[in-house]
Amino acid sequence: MPLSTASNFAKPDDAFRAIVEAHRGLSEKDSADLDAALVLILSNHIGDIGVLREAITLAKRRMIDAGQQQQQQQQ
Amino acid sequence: MVQANPGQGASHAKVQFGYHRHGDQDRAAPAEHPVVVVGAGPVGLSLAIDLAQRGHAVVVVDDADRIGEGSRAICFSKRSLDYWDRLGVGDRMVDKGVVWNVGRIFHGPSELYQFNLLPEPGHKRPAFINLQQFYAEAYLVDRVTQLPAISLRWRNKVTALEQRNDRAVLTIETPDGPYRLSAQYVIACDGARSSLRQMVGAGFSGKVFEDQFLIADVKMTAEFPTERWFWFDPPFHAGRSALLHRQPDDVWRIDLQLTPDCDPAEEKKPENVRPRIARMLGHDKFDFEWISLYKFQCRRMERFIHGRVIFAGDSAHQVSPFGARGANSGLEDAENLSWKLDRVLRGTSPSGLLETYHIERSAAADENIRESTRSTDFMAPVSAQEARLRKAVLALAKETEFGKRMVNGGRLSVPSVYETPLSTADADAWQGGPCPGTSMLDAPLKAADGRHLHLTDAFNAEGRRFTLLSFANSEDVDAPEEVGVIRIGGSDGLDDAEGFAGKRYGAAAGTSYLLRPDGYVAARFRHPTRADIAAAVARASGLN
Repeated sequence: MPLSTASNFAKPDDAFRAIVEAHRGLSEKDSADLDAALVLILSNHIGDIGVLREAITLAKRRMIDAGQQQQQQQQ
Repeated sequence: MVQANPGQGASHAKVQFGYHRHGDQDRAAPAEHPVVVVGAGPVGLSLAIDLAQRGHAVVVVDDADRIGEGSRAICFSKRSLDYWDRLGVGDRMVDKGVVWNVGRIFHGPSELYQFNLLPEPGHKRPAFINLQQFYAEAYLVDRVTQLPAISLRWRNKVTALEQRNDRAVLTIETPDGPYRLSAQYVIACDGARSSLRQMVGAGFSGKVFEDQFLIADVKMTAEFPTERWFWFDPPFHAGRSALLHRQPDDVWRIDLQLTPDCDPAEEKKPENVRPRIARMLGHDKFDFEWISLYKFQCRRMERFIHGRVIFAGDSAHQVSPFGARGANSGLEDAENLSWKLDRVLRGTSPSGLLETYHIERSAAADENIRESTRSTDFMAPVSAQEARLRKAVLALAKETEFGKRMVNGGRLSVPSVYETPLSTADADAWQGGPCPGTSMLDAPLKAADGRHLHLTDAFNAEGRRFTLLSFANSEDVDAPEEVGVIRIGGSDGLDDAEGFAGKRYGAAAGTSYLLRPDGYVAARFRHPTRADIAAAVARASGLN
């Protein structure tokens, strides 16, 4: 099964909010620790190495795109 | 008989051998030999024994005259023990060795989980034994002395190599001066710092791990159980990892991870090592057998065959020790190479068969490097984020199954599966059983006279040649003459009384597995004809 990028939550705002609230009041370090645990837990739940790799590729591409945008703005 | 002599302290030889002048040294022209093995470690000695048992004369040269020094293997796998059974030394290894099955992983002061390597009953050999390498070498040397076909020459140091079309000529330095030997094949089993590798001009690149590890063997009477204990961030060694493992003679192997920037000479001093280990054990009633400090490397040669020189063991590939993949993979090399070399020397297979040694064993080396690199990376995270992910895994392991399975304190060696041109692809439908390219599985059997034996024994009795494992029942299999046959079931076959063999091989009446001389499955059939078997033997012999 390929990575699903369709909107899967009935209420996407609730999902986003839940993650944001989990980070509220945390230091940068604690936030990073939380993210690490969350990534591992969700990866295992997905349990499909192909989907995980696709997700990593998508996440990395967003980072590269963002980096290029920033560079263009600076020029 | 060689008596290994433990307990003499870190710097003493465990077994001392003498240099003896050989007639070859008096000859004007280089003496001609079919095979010269360079290096009398576990891999070189096992290979020499295997070739001698197959009827070949072998010269083994080694630049030392003793065994017992240097960094040493302690964990020998079931696969290695099966091989040593074929070489006639399995019983001595297992009788002396410490059998262990349980491993425990700790994080801080508490146990995360434990694993049991004893998978199921009905195997002749345990998953692992721990045995000091010097015992293994001493037993192998004893076996060598029973085989007149092997000429073992200590203090024979190879100083030059000349490759010719059909042979290689070695220059060898001895206490009596140099002499030369000519060999159809030279097998370089001369270790991680192989001089033969330099002589063929081959590179040896890979990954060096920055963290240093202190390896100590200590002698003590301890109340620890015979288990493998691994700690992440233990109270006695904050922020690092530690390993405790039992060996024979009340000796314990201890690995302590150190910082990358520590001073090796300082760290190695017994007065600095002692307090660390005393903190670990909770007492200081122990003596040092051996202390060593090193950085791990994971690397391999690009090609294991250079003209007439073939590399095996640490000379060809090197891994970190967490996973027992060093000596065990070297022994798999020896086993893989010897039957192929036997056929090529006899002229029953073309020299191209040797290329499959490179194909199969370099892929195995890649797998071992991948596994041991992952283990070492987990123990010594290289970035803050890697450390963070590891911390999350260790925390999750306390309460989740998936977390436990992600904790990597070493993944222990299992036989490689070969994707190889020597395998015949399945044509029939199979549920279970070892597929072509995998190692044979053991099972308990009963002979007609009521004698108990294992399938591995029956394979050895067939002479370690191509052997058909046939679940005959009502059908007789027509096998070519050169092929050995192990018949299970039927009126004259071995009795699979407990049903393990049938189950492990997914067998029904007529099911037949063609085993290579190294015990790997070459092909399998539901109802083979003589022509099917002959074609599979030809393919596995490199004849098409």
